[in-house]
Amino acid sequence: MAKSITLLDRTRTFFSEIGDMSFFASRFFRELFSRPFEWKELLRQCYNMGNRSLFLVVVTGFILGLVFTLQSRPTLSQFGAESWMPSMVSLSIVREIGPVIIALICAGRIGSGIGAELGSMRVTEQIDAMEVSGTNPFKYLVVTRILAVTLMLPLLVILGDTVALLGSAMVENLKGGVSYTLYFNQVFDSLKFSDVFPATIKTFFFGFAIGLVGTYKGYNCAKGTVGVGEASNSAVVYASMLVFIVDFIAVFVTDIFFEI
Amino acid sequence: MNPDKNKNPVLELKDIKKSFGDNHVLNGFNMALYEGENLVIMGKSGSGKSVMVKCIVGLIQPDSGSITIRDRDIITMGQTELDFLRTEIGFLFQGSALYDSMTVRENLEFPLRRHKDKVENFKGTEESVKEALKSVGLLDSIDLMPSELSGGMQRRVALARALILKPKIIMYDEPTTGLDPITSNEIIQLMRNVQKEYNTSSLIITHDVDCARVISNRIILLVDGINYAEGTFEELSNSSDPQTRAFFKN
Repeated sequence: MAKSITLLDRTRTFFSEIGDMSFFASRFFRELFSRPFEWKELLRQCYNMGNRSLFLVVVTGFILGLVFTLQSRPTLSQFGAESWMPSMVSLSIVREIGPVIIALICAGRIGSGIGAELGSMRVTEQIDAMEVSGTNPFKYLVVTRILAVTLMLPLLVILGDTVALLGSAMVENLKGGVSYTLYFNQVFDSLKFSDVFPATIKTFFFGFAIGLVGTYKGYNCAKGTVGVGEASNSAVVYASMLVFIVDFIAVFVTDIFFEI
Repeated sequence: MNPDKNKNPVLELKDIKKSFGDNHVLNGFNMALYEGENLVIMGKSGSGKSVMVKCIVGLIQPDSGSITIRDRDIITMGQTELDFLRTEIGFLFQGSALYDSMTVRENLEFPLRRHKDKVENFKGTEESVKEALKSVGLLDSIDLMPSELSGGMQRRVALARALILKPKIIMYDEPTTGLDPITSNEIIQLMRNVQKEYNTSSLIITHDVDCARVISNRIILLVDGINYAEGTFEELSNSSDPQTRAFFKN
């Protein structure tokens, strides 16, 4: 009986949280188009999120391309299909692995950062102080951050994909003697609009999901340092989960329009 | 300075009720703050003092009752009007609530950036920031981060930020809590100076008896969500009611 009550409570909490988050998202869209626009803060957030994630994205992308090529090479060699490597790697990375891995990295880096920052501002009454001074904290803190991640994530993914392909080209060059020019010629031959366009569009949604969850968790943080920790932690968990859900939906929608 | 009670109050609360679930925090609280007055609200921890003051600035919505600031009802007010009215109120938070990612200068510039057109005799952002910091004696700390300041200094900077829009009413939420006796006295003196210099009406939430003694024109005791007793420091500290007297034992 106690178990079923706990399960019922958890289910209720889960759906209530989804409802609250939907309300939070609808408020974001309402506030997004109302004046005043916080351009300066938006640019500051774009710079912070883009610049501070740069190193992580470059390193992750490079290792991803490198390892993926190294691991795939022996299998392709067995069938004498090493020449397919550039197209296989580029399609996998651009369509799926690059966006998802970079989004997950950013969910950890940016999502937890937003959750902790806003959570700490909530606990120390900085958000209340902002409101009392006649500034709309939702517009200043939430709208700018969600928008910044939504705009920056596609750029980070494009950078990550490019570095991953460079890593892959390096392995091919060292192991198979394939020149960089030949490698990238094959990459561009195999990539079509229907590969790049949907993959880029879905990264906007990944960014929105990460920003939404991070700000929601931080803005509604419970009191105390435990609350800040929980906000930061659950921002990463929920954002990562949402990235996979958005990806799942994106693949279905892409299939309808582009028949992958 | 004794308040002129014949005038309209600058701030008035009537029959304010607020509950959080089964916890009835305010059960019909009434008060009026008059121009130039220092009104102290005293009560035990958890008696609803901070909830009451947050209802006044619109951070918490009361369940019922009315709150009027200069004859304008804030409960029925729209967001834009409320934001405008908030520029007439300075609020000193219990934990200072300085923006920790900004310097002292940026903390003070923040409210000015949006509302400098509402400041009487505005002398420019830089001049206003320096004037507010000078009035709390911290001009030298203008480029420091909040984390580089002591608790007392943070409280002073928070006071300077509350003063920067030249508000008509200042609310202090536990202004001396967590400070040593010497720093507490400095903050209390600063509050008195600010009241003289800026001619503000002040609402001070505290359970610090020394603070209440030095600064109050009038005291209201908040017990069980209602105004249990009201009077000057002398009247209440010499009251025949043991529960009232208990608040004034150090």
